[in-house]
Amino acid sequence: MDDLLSEFLTECLESMTVLDGDLVRLERSPDDPELLAGIFRVVHTIKGTCGFLDLVRLEAVAHAAENVLGKLRDGEMAASRPVVSVVLQALDRIKEILDGLATTQVEPLGDDSTLIAALDAIAATGTAPAEPPSGAVTPPVLATAEAEDATDLSLAVVERPGEARNVTGPAAERLVAQTLRVPVELLEQLMTLVGELVLTRNQLLQAVRHGSEPALQSPLQRLDQITGELQEGVMKTRMQAIGTAWSKLPRLVRDLAIEVDKEIELTMHGAETELDRQVLEMIRDPLTHMVRNAADHGLETADERQRQGKPAKGTIGLDACHEGGHIIIEISDDGRGLDTARIAEKAAARGLAQEADIAAMAERDIQQFIFHPGFSTAETVTAVSGRGVGMDVVRTNIEKIGGSIGIRSTKGQGSTFTIKIPLTLAIVSALIFEAGGERFALPQLGVVELLRAGGQSGHRIETMDGMRVLRLRDRLLPLASLAQVLGLGPRVAGAAGQTDAGSYVVVVRVGARVLGLEVDRLFATEEIVVKPVAPILRSVSAFSGNTILGDGSVVMILDLNGLAAMLDLGRGEVDRRQAADQRQRPDEPVSLLLFEADGGQQMAVPSALVTRLEQIEASAIERTGGRSVVRYRDSLMPLANIEGRPAAFDTGRRPTLVFTDCGRHMGLVVDRIVDVTEARIELELASGGGNDLGTAIIADRPTRLLDVAFFVNRAFGGWFAALETEAFHGNERRARRVLIVDDSRFVRSMLQSILEAQGMQVTTADSADRALRMRDEGRLFDLIISDIEMPGTDGFAFVENCRAGGAWQRTRIVALTSHATPSDVGRGRLAGFDGHVGKLDREALISTLSVDREPLKVA
Amino acid sequence: MAEPRQLIGMTVAAQQFGVRIEAVRDILGPQQLAKVPLAPPEIAGVLNLRGRVVTAIDLARRLGIDRDDKRPADQAMNIVVEDRGELYSLLVDRVGVVLTLGAERFEADGSSLPQHWRPLAHGLFRLDDALLVELDIERVLALQPVG
Repeated sequence: MDDLLSEFLTECLESMTVLDGDLVRLERSPDDPELLAGIFRVVHTIKGTCGFLDLVRLEAVAHAAENVLGKLRDGEMAASRPVVSVVLQALDRIKEILDGLATTQVEPLGDDSTLIAALDAIAATGTAPAEPPSGAVTPPVLATAEAEDATDLSLAVVERPGEARNVTGPAAERLVAQTLRVPVELLEQLMTLVGELVLTRNQLLQAVRHGSEPALQSPLQRLDQITGELQEGVMKTRMQAIGTAWSKLPRLVRDLAIEVDKEIELTMHGAETELDRQVLEMIRDPLTHMVRNAADHGLETADERQRQGKPAKGTIGLDACHEGGHIIIEISDDGRGLDTARIAEKAAARGLAQEADIAAMAERDIQQFIFHPGFSTAETVTAVSGRGVGMDVVRTNIEKIGGSIGIRSTKGQGSTFTIKIPLTLAIVSALIFEAGGERFALPQLGVVELLRAGGQSGHRIETMDGMRVLRLRDRLLPLASLAQVLGLGPRVAGAAGQTDAGSYVVVVRVGARVLGLEVDRLFATEEIVVKPVAPILRSVSAFSGNTILGDGSVVMILDLNGLAAMLDLGRGEVDRRQAADQRQRPDEPVSLLLFEADGGQQMAVPSALVTRLEQIEASAIERTGGRSVVRYRDSLMPLANIEGRPAAFDTGRRPTLVFTDCGRHMGLVVDRIVDVTEARIELELASGGGNDLGTAIIADRPTRLLDVAFFVNRAFGGWFAALETEAFHGNERRARRVLIVDDSRFVRSMLQSILEAQGMQVTTADSADRALRMRDEGRLFDLIISDIEMPGTDGFAFVENCRAGGAWQRTRIVALTSHATPSDVGRGRLAGFDGHVGKLDREALISTLSVDREPLKVA
Repeated sequence: MAEPRQLIGMTVAAQQFGVRIEAVRDILGPQQLAKVPLAPPEIAGVLNLRGRVVTAIDLARRLGIDRDDKRPADQAMNIVVEDRGELYSLLVDRVGVVLTLGAERFEADGSSLPQHWRPLAHGLFRLDDALLVELDIERVLALQPVG
């Protein structure tokens, strides 16, 4: 059923149920003003809402009844028994119509003219007709039938309401019973309590990890699991479909279209995607703003469009889908796209960057300038979307809730904004570190990477007139000592010695800026429950909240936007490409499949990862819930384009790369298959996520090496159970030698490429038995990542064998899972795993490997 | 003030203060405090009380008492009070007993109080051996000068 309608019905039927009691009382005391006022309100509300939903019959009856009730309420007429009878009839009629609506979703047919005439007569004369149209209980429709010729048609009309009543009464009741109204306050309170429970559980787990109390293990695991499920459940109660934030947009777009004289169609996919209501409230305005922008600036007029061979009607698309713990919202238009040249010109004019720098920038990077404060390229300022306050405000609002926004745009073809926001603000994953003798938490979303700087690390710190910068992969990164920024004084005594030994740098992204925060020690990443700070501390902009860690201590949560404002980084602009790494891959040649996508760009994936090449027909693609899928070998296969978004094209057939994992397929739609070639790759690595591992020269062309894990992750999203990850603990060194034990070649290849890209030496084994043979041959590793479900010896047996004795007894072993359930995790811990990580969660995997759970010992 | 008042006594730098017992949620021994950088100087830090975050106020600083015996904040006693749903802890040197004080000992007239304490106090009680300042919690917690 239409959400709006069902909500309306639930509400109406609820208030009508209350009215039932009131009506009985009304008959007994017809002049109770409070009672009359209550009934008036209900009828008034129903009438008001009908207009929106186009319920003509209901509106007419409610309107007539409201008139009478209004006069009764205001004491303009006496509530005589005949008057009350007619009112009761009207209320009965309203109920009938509502019941009909609940079953058929359309207003039942029927003629209310007699009833309305009777009501109008009362309202006009102040008295009831001598003979009320019919008895209070008899459906007044009968009166209609009596009054008019009893034709077949009117007979049919007569029967309908009664019929509807018998059949639909229970249906309407079911509708009421299935939903329950709960004050939001209560839900908030539950969420707070669950937060406390999560903290308490963390504390318990931490305490037990250190001691060894076997009697506690099992109940604790159970507690762990139940807490997780409870948290999820309570979180769900606060969820609302994003469609509620979109509901006003169709009307807005319609009005805008008239105002700016354009033809605009609004398409919405994934309106049912749910997110926390708090988050929902906070993105409502940015979304509206962006849709306005698209209508006003993005789309061309019909004439202009036709001149360019586009359909006269422009399209604005809204898409939403879940991805991991985030929701992705896309606002796209097929309008003129961003005028990169103009943006570059304007950026230079405003001094946002040097002209020479801009000239060397990629188009994508130039487009990011639109997120700068006060940057607007609209030729004319219109009434629709003001001036100046534009995308920077949108970005600030989105970043405030821990989200990020990006744009891609092609001139003449349109623009797409992609917003990524967390599902909830209440519980986030955060990095814990120490600066100036105090510990702080920083939400993971803002962290780009972690580095060791100075000393022997190879990342040199330079000082220029007191400003510190880090040489990072041939680029410069502005540094700020967190302790100093926070007024905790310079880093502790023996500063000279400290500088020599090096410090840790947390590279963070604030908007388009990247900077390094120097900290003293790094701890783990932890799931933290965000608590607002006391009002007395709200003025301190450096913090967005505080939280209680597993060990019971309170830490402040840093607010990157607040910090950046304090630092006044000005134009300390650093572009994103800065986060590019250069590391050598092993010298073995790799077989690569070369193809073209994204407008003729050459790209590559390791051939070993591709299951098949297929041609997909445009007509075979189905769109459901914001996804593109196609029937493939008796199941539905999701299709993604090179951006990892659902793929769709209108005509013809396109080559598609099919990847397979655990018996599931996903298709990557590309433009053209080029070749299969062998190449030694020297990658320039991008470390900030995204869809590629880096760029290399292959077959004389610059080629992006695609991150298959990214695609599988994104395209499968909710198809796979949510991937749970956990950083493993107790690791005092960064792992260098890694063994992967997994029977799937796909998984082995994928992990190998990811880990090698991180500079690790990777060995693989296709079975636990083979791995154990390696152990017996005396091979040593810093870290073993093992699948759980394998033919022969499974992961649990494997880790038990390792723990029982031998060279790997103390080696860190992490379970690799595709869908970790809490009981799996518990069982894994019991068997001897140190943690677990999701198979396709590249980011988590890397962070697992690069974050030291315990502080490093300074050499 | 007809009814006698129940106050919890406390000592800061040898001066006695009191807060009404209804406002007090807890009395804690020395607690580990996490500093809040950049916060007003009166804020000594934050602490965890059974899963709730409590903001600790250095009462001596708040009252402008310039003391020479600087005592680290994590050795102070904590009197936890509630104000508009938030918990705050007042850091004091010693916590005294619960006093039931009648109106005859009360001086509502603030003229005998040091000027800078007047906005923060309800008034003064004459004890047998000392003077006790009754604090106005709401104002003590409003860090901007009340005015």
